Amino acid sequence: MPLIKDGAFAEDAFVTVADDAALPTNGAIVSLARFRKEREALLARNAPLGVVLKPAESPEVLGEDVHRLSVIVFEFPVFRDGRAFSWARMLRERMKFDGEIRGAGHFLYDQIEFMKRTGFTAWDVPEGFTLELFNRALGEISNVYQPSADGKKTIGELRGGIAEARET
Amino acid sequence: MAAPQPQVLTANRLRDGDVVYWNDGIWIEVFAKAQIFADKAGADAALAAAQAFVTDRIVVNPYLFPVREEEGRIRAVEEREIVRSEGPSVRRDLGKQATLESFDVSI
Amino acid sequence: MYRYDEFDAQFVRERVAQFRFQVERRLDGQLTEDEFKPLRLMNGLYLQLHAYMLRIAVPYGTLSARQLRRLAHIARKYDKGYGHFTTRQNIQFNWIKLVDVPDILAELADVEMHCLQTSGNCIRNVTADHFAGAAADEIEDPRPLAEIIRQWSTRHPEFSFLPRKFKIAVGASAHDRAALKFHDMAVEIVRNDAGETGYRVYAGGGMGRTPYVAHVVGEFVAREDILAFLEAVMRVYNQSGRRDNIYKARIKILVNALGIEETKKQVQREFEEIRAAGTLQLPKEELDRIDAYFAPPQFEALSDDEPHSLDPTFAHWLKQNVSKHRRPGYAIATISLKPIGGVPGDASDAQIDALADLMDEFGIAEIRVSHEQNLVLPHVRKKDLPAIHKRLKALGLATPNAGLVSDIIACPGLDYCDLANARSIPIAQDIATRFADLDRQHDIGELKIKISGCINACGHHHAGHIGILGVDKKGVEYYQLQLGGSGAEDASIGDIMGPGFTAQNIGPAVERVIDTYLKLRRDGERFLDTYRRVGMEPFKNMAYLEQMYAAH
Repeated sequence: MPLIKDGAFAEDAFVTVADDAALPTNGAIVSLARFRKEREALLARNAPLGVVLKPAESPEVLGEDVHRLSVIVFEFPVFRDGRAFSWARMLRERMKFDGEIRGAGHFLYDQIEFMKRTGFTAWDVPEGFTLELFNRALGEISNVYQPSADGKKTIGELRGGIAEARET
Repeated sequence: MAAPQPQVLTANRLRDGDVVYWNDGIWIEVFAKAQIFADKAGADAALAAAQAFVTDRIVVNPYLFPVREEEGRIRAVEEREIVRSEGPSVRRDLGKQATLESFDVSI
Repeated sequence: MYRYDEFDAQFVRERVAQFRFQVERRLDGQLTEDEFKPLRLMNGLYLQLHAYMLRIAVPYGTLSARQLRRLAHIARKYDKGYGHFTTRQNIQFNWIKLVDVPDILAELADVEMHCLQTSGNCIRNVTADHFAGAAADEIEDPRPLAEIIRQWSTRHPEFSFLPRKFKIAVGASAHDRAALKFHDMAVEIVRNDAGETGYRVYAGGGMGRTPYVAHVVGEFVAREDILAFLEAVMRVYNQSGRRDNIYKARIKILVNALGIEETKKQVQREFEEIRAAGTLQLPKEELDRIDAYFAPPQFEALSDDEPHSLDPTFAHWLKQNVSKHRRPGYAIATISLKPIGGVPGDASDAQIDALADLMDEFGIAEIRVSHEQNLVLPHVRKKDLPAIHKRLKALGLATPNAGLVSDIIACPGLDYCDLANARSIPIAQDIATRFADLDRQHDIGELKIKISGCINACGHHHAGHIGILGVDKKGVEYYQLQLGGSGAEDASIGDIMGPGFTAQNIGPAVERVIDTYLKLRRDGERFLDTYRRVGMEPFKNMAYLEQMYAAH
């Protein structure tokens, strides 16, 4: 599936492998179950590693290992399941993960901005999805009322800034 | 084995939400003129045909509901469908009951 | 009241454009109904029995005259000349066309209104005491905090796809007029022994299939920490709320499953981290800025004498619908939207326009929507009450029944709602008509009847002194009675009496229940008090009396 990362279409440096499939020589993304089972071997590989999490799987279980992962993928089984928004923030804010957070599965165009704000940096998009649509999704609403993992200035802060500027 | 209950096919129009009924391939507004399916096969075939109208963004959520004959006219079995076919029982001046010709308000 | 600054105004304009694009994509097929549904729900747009229903957000129930006029205009231009005020202080229109909604949103944006998050699995309209800023018994106006919560919860990226809807209420008085304890989360403004103002936070209340009274999850949260605390509760819910069963997905189920201690523990952990990060601290300047919008009007020095009128009906209205104001010479007036035999909570475009005129004429800047489906004029000069009463009478808005048996709360029910199992409005009309006599109503005293047409409980029947739930039993509408519920600070869930009554029998059953109260009551007891003292049995015996005779 096409991957959007850093504002552009990108080659996927990883192969997502099933639990019983052979591992590729390069980047591999495995399920949490497989990671737990084959942790030593996976971490010992001289190749980037990622884990794909289901909505019920909190990233917290990865513990310090998270810093040895290059990518965490959140698979949306349905767009209604919004747990990944909290998990992504947990990865960024509590666990200080600075690798790629990728969204895959059934998320909506209208969720892309929320994903970005909560820490996602890559999107597995449907065939035919354009960069124009992606950028439009990010730009529909200019300002935000609340802080999130992206550090974007809130309307409250912008107000404060304007007030300061007016005073000086 | 009891005779199957007759059914009518209904949906809501996408653009304005209005309640509509199937009559031989077209959607109409007056319940009294809806096509009645005496057997399941006919009803299911119509429901399948209705999916094209969903794809074409004419209607949403087509479904079948049971009706019965009462004193020479058809009537929905469920209160919900009676209300849908007429309008609010507490505002008889609103909805289909108030505006459509050849409309027979249920008593 | 709050006024949009350039950021708020830009936000709603962009939001209108966003929704317009969503509708376009639906109409040209890029979005299926399944994909569009959560988007239209986030904009309060339901597909109901007759047409689309659009629910407009009225933050903490506060409206200006200008906004009222726009709502009247929308009722005329896009609907069938009336609107319905809801149990969450919003207004909804029942005959809306999807294709008109972007234009309606644009017209609402002009008057600083929108429909965002009035439905869907997100944080909903923040409600507050409808007497806010006027009540004699409040610690402070709860609405600045409600406004802060409203902004924080608007398009919150983490909490827009929750397990289920999430309703927040704010109160500031020992007398809970906002039904705090039946909300998913509520904030009560309190003072501690040192005289400091802080926030008591409740979570896990709710109506519906499994009603619960909320628990305290934060006994005294400091002002500057409140958003961090609320975010902590939301995060625990978003992570752990059930997503496998929509009837078990509210936070009340989670709190009950975890237990209050574990809930508090999880909330505390998140809270400490969020607070340490510091990004949700409310700077004093922002608090002050928002406070300023809710400064009370310039009150005059007026005599506190009771007003008189030659109209004999004025005395009833004064006694029943007028409440004490914090300021001498002023009063709070409740405008009943429960005329005997009318549709509870409905108002015509003409009535809404006339109320705007009345507000302008008497210098009343705000009107409130109460969760009891009435309207409230919060700051009325006592000397103006007779003239206002006269005007309301001419509009059919002067029924002197606030809090009495005919002041019934009813959801739209099967006459309008796709989710309903039974009609509720005709039952309300029947009961109100039976008790039309005003003397009889006054004799009965405070009695809150609440009717829901399905288990979703939008009529709040669990919190009714007498609650009625409409059900469908093999295609016939039946009505179950519950007694002893309360949405006030003494929150309780009504007890189910037993088998349901038909539409014909529910009215007489309610009469027999009330007669039982009249026979058994002691001095000063309301219905609720008598019920709590004597229990269900006497009421149950009388209610089913006819069935007993019929069986013989």
